[in-house]
Amino acid sequence: MIDFYLNGRRQQCADVPAETSLLELLRLHLGKTGTKEGCASGDCGACTVAIGELDAQGELEYRSANACILPAHQVASCHLVTVEGLARSDTPHSAQPHSSQLHPAQAAMVDHHGSQCGFCTPGIVMSLFTLYEQQRRTRAPLTQQHLEQALGGNLCRCTGYRPIRDAALAMGDYPDFQLAWADNTELADNLAGLRSDAYVAPQNYAMPQDIAALREMKRLRPRAKLVAGGTDLWLETTQRLETLDDIIDVHQVAELRTIDETAGGWWIGAAITLAELSPLFSEHFPAFEHLLHRFASSQIRNRGTLGGNIANASPIGDGPPVLLALGARLRLDGPEGARELPLEDFFLDYRKTALAEHEFIAAIFIPHPSAGRNLKHNLKIWKLSKRREDDISAVLGAFAWRIEEGVLRDVRLAFGGMAAIPLRATATEATLEGRAPDSAAFAAARQQLGEELTPMNDVRGSAEYRRTAASNLLERLRLMIEADNNHSAIKVTLDAYAH
Amino acid sequence: MRTLTKLDPSSGPAHDKKSAANHSHAHESAIKHVTGRADYIDDLPAPANLLHVAVGLSTVAHGRLHHLNLDKVRAAAGVIDVISVADVPGHTDIGPVFAGDPLFVDDEISYVGQCLFAVAAESEKAARRAITLADIDIREGTPSFDPLDAVERGNLVRPTHVQQRGDWQQALDQAAHVFEGEQFVGGQEHFYLEGQACLVAPSEDEGVIVYTSNQHPSETQTLVAEVLGISLHAVTVENRRMGGGFGGKETQASPWACIAAIIARRTGRAAKLRLPRRDDMHATGKRHPFHNRYRLGVDDQGVLLGGEITVVGDCGHSPDLSDAIVDRAMFHSDNAYSLGSARVTGHRARTHKASNTAFRGFGGPQGMMIIEQAMDDIARRLGQDPLTIRKRNLYRQGRDITHYGQRVEQLSLLSDLISQLEDSSDYWARRTAINAFNAQSPIIKKGLALTPVKFGISFTLQHLNQAGALLLVYTDGSVMINHGGTEMGQGLHTKICQVVARELGLEMTEVRISATRTDKVPNTSPTAASSGADLNGQAARDAASKLRERLFDFAATHFDQNNGGLDREAMRLENGHLVAGIDESEQRIAWGELIQAAYRGRVSLSEKGFYATPLIHYDRHAAKGRPFYYFSHGAAVSEVEIDTLTGEYRLTRTDILHDVGDSLNPAIDTGQVEGAFIQGMGWLTSEELTWNDAGRLTSDGPSTYKIPAFGDLPPVFNVKLLEGHPNSQASIYRSKAVGEPPFMLGISVWSALRDALSSLTDYRTCPPLDTPATPERVLMTIERLKTEGPG
Repeated sequence: MIDFYLNGRRQQCADVPAETSLLELLRLHLGKTGTKEGCASGDCGACTVAIGELDAQGELEYRSANACILPAHQVASCHLVTVEGLARSDTPHSAQPHSSQLHPAQAAMVDHHGSQCGFCTPGIVMSLFTLYEQQRRTRAPLTQQHLEQALGGNLCRCTGYRPIRDAALAMGDYPDFQLAWADNTELADNLAGLRSDAYVAPQNYAMPQDIAALREMKRLRPRAKLVAGGTDLWLETTQRLETLDDIIDVHQVAELRTIDETAGGWWIGAAITLAELSPLFSEHFPAFEHLLHRFASSQIRNRGTLGGNIANASPIGDGPPVLLALGARLRLDGPEGARELPLEDFFLDYRKTALAEHEFIAAIFIPHPSAGRNLKHNLKIWKLSKRREDDISAVLGAFAWRIEEGVLRDVRLAFGGMAAIPLRATATEATLEGRAPDSAAFAAARQQLGEELTPMNDVRGSAEYRRTAASNLLERLRLMIEADNNHSAIKVTLDAYAH
Repeated sequence: MRTLTKLDPSSGPAHDKKSAANHSHAHESAIKHVTGRADYIDDLPAPANLLHVAVGLSTVAHGRLHHLNLDKVRAAAGVIDVISVADVPGHTDIGPVFAGDPLFVDDEISYVGQCLFAVAAESEKAARRAITLADIDIREGTPSFDPLDAVERGNLVRPTHVQQRGDWQQALDQAAHVFEGEQFVGGQEHFYLEGQACLVAPSEDEGVIVYTSNQHPSETQTLVAEVLGISLHAVTVENRRMGGGFGGKETQASPWACIAAIIARRTGRAAKLRLPRRDDMHATGKRHPFHNRYRLGVDDQGVLLGGEITVVGDCGHSPDLSDAIVDRAMFHSDNAYSLGSARVTGHRARTHKASNTAFRGFGGPQGMMIIEQAMDDIARRLGQDPLTIRKRNLYRQGRDITHYGQRVEQLSLLSDLISQLEDSSDYWARRTAINAFNAQSPIIKKGLALTPVKFGISFTLQHLNQAGALLLVYTDGSVMINHGGTEMGQGLHTKICQVVARELGLEMTEVRISATRTDKVPNTSPTAASSGADLNGQAARDAASKLRERLFDFAATHFDQNNGGLDREAMRLENGHLVAGIDESEQRIAWGELIQAAYRGRVSLSEKGFYATPLIHYDRHAAKGRPFYYFSHGAAVSEVEIDTLTGEYRLTRTDILHDVGDSLNPAIDTGQVEGAFIQGMGWLTSEELTWNDAGRLTSDGPSTYKIPAFGDLPPVFNVKLLEGHPNSQASIYRSKAVGEPPFMLGISVWSALRDALSSLTDYRTCPPLDTPATPERVLMTIERLKTEGPG
C-alpha cells in the first residue's frame, strides 16, 4: 500500500507492482493525466512533479522530480503535488479556473504567453512552482543561476524559452496565493504520522530503514536490484522493457543518508542525493558544486545519488573522475562485513566493478585537502558536451594540484569519456610532477596523454575530438595557472564555462 | 415547444477594443495548458475495452523479409491481435503523393525502423513486450547511405529539376572573381514533445472515428479509408490540438492511424497507438540533410553576376514530400539576393533511411544555407564586411526577378528592415569592438553576423492553396467556428477566433473552436507552409461576412418596420450589437436579440466559407512562374564567443526584426519568431543526428539528441516586429505568414560562428563549417586551420 498525500488529499494505492513509475501511477491508476510523458527517460521534464517532504524543522519542502523514472513506491509518506493541484478549482473536469484562481506560476505563464503547444507546460509550471516555493522560503533574489537550475531540465520545443524566463522573473510579484491545502495546517502532522507508520511494501519491493536490514536483505536476495533515486535503473523498464520485480530500495537507509566529518575528511552516505551535496561542495569544492549544475537537471539531482553514480560505473559518469582527482575511497558493505578500497580500484572494466554480488556501496570518503592544497582554487573540472545543460559528457577532465616552491606537486588528472572506465592519467601526472608549470612541461604532458588514453567513438563525439579536446584541456590548465601567476586579464574560458 | 434561451441583458461586451484582430490575446488554451486540463491524445478518457498497439520495427537497413513468424507474439500474455501486411484489407501503400511507403514491409526492407507488424494488447507494456518475441528472418542486402553516391548512380526518388535564368556560363566567364564552395547541412529531428499518437474507435457502420495528433486530417481520412477499403464518408478524423508538429505530423502521422484503424475494425474495440520516443525517432522521417555547392561569379564590388548552385536532398527511402521539399530548397537558394544569370539544380537522392519529410521551412532553410555561405566567402575573399556584401546583393530595382521568374515586390522593405536593425543592434560599433577584442584575445574569439530572410508564402503545389470554414451561430448568440486548420501550438485557433470576433463585432469569449474535424470541413489542406492563418483566416472571414450580410438583409426589413426598416447602408456589427444609422438616428440591437429574431424569422444561422489564393502558378516544365503569393522577411544579428581550445561557444546576444505585415496577434507572432529562431539555432548547432555503420540512428532520444535548453536562450534577446509595412497583397487584414520564415533567422548564429573562425585567418577567408556546428566541428575546424593554415 502506497499511502501518501496528493494535492493536499490523502491517497492510498494498493497492489501497485514494484516496477510502476510514479507517472504510470498518476496516469494509469489515478487518471491524473495533467502530468505528461515526453520521453520516459528523465530527459525532457514534461512529467515534472513536486515532492514535498518534511525538512529538519518539520516544514514541508518541495523538490522537483521526473515522475517517469521515479519508483512509485518512493512517494509513500510524501506530499505529491501535480499540475492539477495548484489552481484553486482542482476538480479535473470542472470548467477551467478563472485566471484569478491560478497559482502565480500559472498566472505568469498565461500573462507572458509562456505556452504554445502546451505539452511541456505542466512540467514547466511544476518547476516554476518549486522555484516559487524555494524563493518564498529563502527570499533570495532570483539569479540567472536559479533560473537555469530550476528550468534546465524542462525542454520546450515551441517558445524558445524567452516568455518562460519572463514568467519566472515575474511570478514573485504576483499577490500572495493561498494553495488549496494551505489552510490544512494538519498536512505536515499527517505526513509525519504516515512516516512513523510502518510502510508495508510488497514482497518484491523492499524498503529497509537501516543498514542491518539492508545487509540481511542483500544476503537473502543477492540478485535484487538496488535502487536509490532510480534515475538510471528505471530506464531499464521504461526503455529496455526489462522486468523489475526484485527491488531493494535504499533511499531510506539511515546510515546511507548521513554525511560524517572525521579528522581526515568526509564520509558521504551512498544514498545522499546530488542536490544534498551542494552545501558541502560549495563550501569546500566550489568547482564540484559548479559541475553539479551541469551534472544533471534539478529533477535528477533531487533524486539521484553519488553512490548510484559510482555503482553505475559508466565511463561517462560525471562524479567518478572528480572523485578520482580528489583521492576518494569507498566503503563497501554487505552481510560478510565491510571493506574499504581506493576508488581507482573499484572500476575494473567497461561497466564492471569490484562490487561483489552481495555487497553495496555504503559510503564515499573524500579526504580533506592536504596542507597547501587549496582545492577551492586548485581543483578544475571541465565538462565538454554538445549542450551546456542536462547533457552527458563527451569528455570530463578533473584536475587537482598544488604548487610548492614553483613546481607542481600532487598532480591528479582524471578523465571521463577517455577510456572504458573513468580513470587517472597517471603517466601524464608523472610527467608534470615536480616540474614548473611551463610550456615545456605541459607539452610533454600532452604528448604523454595522447599515448596514455584511448578514447571511444560514439554519438557524443569521435575519438579524435576527445583526444584533441582532452589534450587542449591541459593547455587550458597551463594557461590558467600562468594567468593566475601573472594576474593576467586574458580570458582562457568562456564565462559560462568558467570555474 | 422549445423556448429560446433567456438572454442576460447585462452580458453584452464592454466597449473596448479587445475583440480587434490585432490584439495580443492569450492562446485560447493557455489556462488549460497551465492547469493540465488541455487534453492530448493520450489524455482522452479511455473507451471501455481499449486496446494498446505497439509496432515491430526492422533492425536492418536493407534486405528482404524472408520469414516473419509471429506465433510467440500471438501467444504472449495480454495479446489480442497481431497484424502484418497480409492483414491489410485495402491499399498497402500509403505514400501521400507518390507510391513508395508500404504500411508494413511486404518483401523489401528499406530502413532501420520500418514497420514490419503490429500487436494489440490489453496494456501498452504487454504490447511492447510482446513485440520483442517475434522471429524475424531477414536476408540482408547492402544498404546505401551516401546521397552523393546515390546521385552519381542515378538512384533518385524523383527526377532532378533545374531552374535557369540567363546565360550562367557566360556570367562565370565574364566575372572578375569566381568563388566556389560546398557544405553539408545536417537534418533535424522534430522532437515534438507529444510523440505520434492516435486513438481509433470503430463506428456503427463499416467505418472508424480517428482521434489523432495530426497536421493533415483529410489525408489521414483518405489513407485510412483506402487501407480499410471503404469510402471516405465512413471515416471521420478529429484533432483538437497537437503537442507540437513542426511538419513531423503532416504525412508521418497517418501510418499509425491506419494501423490502429485496422485493429479497431478487426477487433471491434477502440485501439490506441502511441509511439514511445525511441520508436518515434527510428520510424519517422526528419528534416532532409543536404549537400550543397556553389560556383558563383561576382564583380569587383562583390555583386553576383551569376553561376550555378546545386542542392542534393537526402530523401531517405521514398519520395514522401521530397519533390516539393527539394523544389523549395531551390526556390530559396537565392534567399534575399539576386543571383544574376544562374542555374539551380536540385537532386533527390534515395538512401536507406527513414523517409525524410516536412519540417518548418520545408527545404527552404537548407537552400538558403548555400547562398549565405557564399555571401560570407565572397566578403572575406574581397576584404569586405559580410554585411556590406549582403546589402549590395539584395533584390533591387533592375535586379528584381528570381531565377524562377517571379518578380520580387516590396523591394525596399528588406533594405529598410536591415538598416533599422543595423542601427538598433549597433552593428558597426560592435564590429569594431569585436575586432579589437579578437586582436588581444588569443583563446576566446568573438563573431558577429547579420543574416536576412526572404521566404516565399504559398504551397508550391497550387491546389493545396484553398481552405474552408463552417460558422455556426446558436440561438443564445454563441458562435462556433470550424475550419480546416489544425492547432499545434502556433495559435491558429486563437487567430481564427479573433477574425470571426472582429467580423461579427463580438468578444473573443463568444467565439469558440471545438476541434478540427473532417465531417465539419471536408477536403482540407495540411496545416503547413505557414499558411494556416492566411488560408483559414480568409475562409472564416468569408463565412462570417456572408452571414453578416444575411443578418443585415434580415434586420433591414425586420426591425423598425413602422419607420420603413433600418438603414441597410451604414449597418455594422460592433461591441456585441448591430448598429444602424449614424449619430442621432443610430439604432442598436443586441447580438443575442438579433440572432433570436433571425431564428424566428427562419434565417439560416450557419454559413460556410471558402478561400483560394489568387495569382499563383508555376510551370514545372518551364521552371518559371509565380509560385508565391508574397514573401515574408526578417533579419537577425547574432554575436557569439568561441573557445578555441575546446570548440565550446555561447550565443551572447541576438537582435531580430521581423516582417509579419500587420500582425494578427503580436504576442503570438513574437512567440513564433522567438521559438523559430531558437529551433533554427538548434538545427545548426547542438542537434546532431548520428547513425552507426549499419544505418541505425544512434541519437534516438533526448539524452543523445540535444535540442536547445533553457540556458541556450541568449542573455540579450531583442525581438521586434517590423511596423508600418502592411502586406502589399490582400491577405487576411494585410498580415503575413509567420510559422516558418523566422526559423531561418537561426542562420545568423552559424554565420557568426564562421565569423569568429574567420578571425583565426585574419579575416582573409571564411572557413567552411558543416552543420550542426557542434563544439566538435568547431574545434576540428580550428585544428585544421592550425595545421593547414587558412588555405
